[in-house]
Amino acid sequence: MDFLGEVLAWYAAPERWSGRDSLPALLGGHLALTIASLAVALAIALPVGLYIGHTGRAAQLVVAVSNIGRAVPSLGWLGIVYPITTGLFARSGHGFLPGLIALVALAIPPVVTNTYAGLREVDADLQEAGRGMGMTEMQLLRRVEVPAALPVILAGVRSAAVAVVATAPLMSIVGADTLGDYILAGLALGDQVEVFAAAVLVAALALLTELGLGALQRRSVSPGIAGAERGFGEPAEGAPAQPAWPG
Amino acid sequence: MREGQPFFRVDWIVDNLDVLARRLGEHVLVTVIAVVVGFVLSFALALLVRRFPRLYGPILGISGVLYAIPSIALFVLLIPITGLSLLTAEIALVSYTLVILVRNIVTGLRSIPPEVIEAAAGMGYTGGQRLWRVELPLALPIIVAGLRIATVTTIGLVTIATLIGRGGLGYLIVNIGINQRFPTATLVGVGLVVALSAVVDWGLLVGQRRLTPWYETRVG
Repeated sequence: MDFLGEVLAWYAAPERWSGRDSLPALLGGHLALTIASLAVALAIALPVGLYIGHTGRAAQLVVAVSNIGRAVPSLGWLGIVYPITTGLFARSGHGFLPGLIALVALAIPPVVTNTYAGLREVDADLQEAGRGMGMTEMQLLRRVEVPAALPVILAGVRSAAVAVVATAPLMSIVGADTLGDYILAGLALGDQVEVFAAAVLVAALALLTELGLGALQRRSVSPGIAGAERGFGEPAEGAPAQPAWPG
Repeated sequence: MREGQPFFRVDWIVDNLDVLARRLGEHVLVTVIAVVVGFVLSFALALLVRRFPRLYGPILGISGVLYAIPSIALFVLLIPITGLSLLTAEIALVSYTLVILVRNIVTGLRSIPPEVIEAAAGMGYTGGQRLWRVELPLALPIIVAGLRIATVTTIGLVTIATLIGRGGLGYLIVNIGINQRFPTATLVGVGLVVALSAVVDWGLLVGQRRLTPWYETRVG
């Protein structure tokens, strides 16, 4: 049987469809870990990014977070977190918990950075107009700044989500249930078919996340500024690019 | 963590300096090969885009898809063809540099004001001379900015290549630190990865400023 035939047979094998190590079980674990990590990361990163972006205070924190995020690899977070969680919690210190914390650390920087950058890019005229209409700071943030910055904020959420989906398999190293179980087991046993078949699933999951959230991001442009790719302050389509030179 | 053992053991570091040096050396080597090959490839692609601008979309699209494939998957997908080899690791690492480098080289070349191009043409520069003596020097800050991101990203990704036995410092983090429950090795590995990233990032920035003294050096 050729290699791809063996891969297809691996997907179809009965042990892939029932039991603790079945595809549905590990895919479920993978998604649960991903969604939980993303939820925790958003709960931390969005308020921080919104606060710093709105007030402009503590902007150095954004630079620091993004530098640390770029420099410390995902396995580094996992390696640092794992001895701490196992030291604190004998049983639950393995698997899900260290994986969750490492993935949260991975997901925070892109969300903070993009939320901050998105709010900073909002046209100052819009903010002034909002203030002139008597909006409170909170109203300004919710009704003006966030809608205008939403595509940039969601781009950060998408980066974070794709990174988390893609990195979750590594969390199998500390015993989390993810599709990475197959890859690690396959590598340990020299089972190329299993490694390949699982890697295809992991890649497909990441690409689906990328495409799905990309579509959501494109649809998030507020109707008030839709089609305004020319940017604010620039002439609308059809209008003369510059005032005609007198004479 | 193993019972009754301090969290951080300096004596282990002292006893294993040769191991640390070897892993650091491997990490640097794997990174340098990936970035150099990635840069040469990206440069060729960017020149192709300079000649045929229509190719930019497809090239960015394909390298973008490669970039979206998780590293753990890309590192192992090639095993059936190229085995557990350095080549397997490098193919994956090079693929990840493309989208960053191509975009920055093309953006750099496109950022040059048309007056400058015209002046060069007026002075009788041929296309090739213009590229090497005018466009590339002026585009250097944007190109080096891409090179810095690509290099730091690669240094981080190499740690994951430890799954296929080419991980450099990743070996300290995973194979010793996590698998043998020895946090000292993890912390040393992470520390060296961060230090390596910082040094290389800083070195590239300094090099770029030396090479382009005509740009005002802004602080911050």
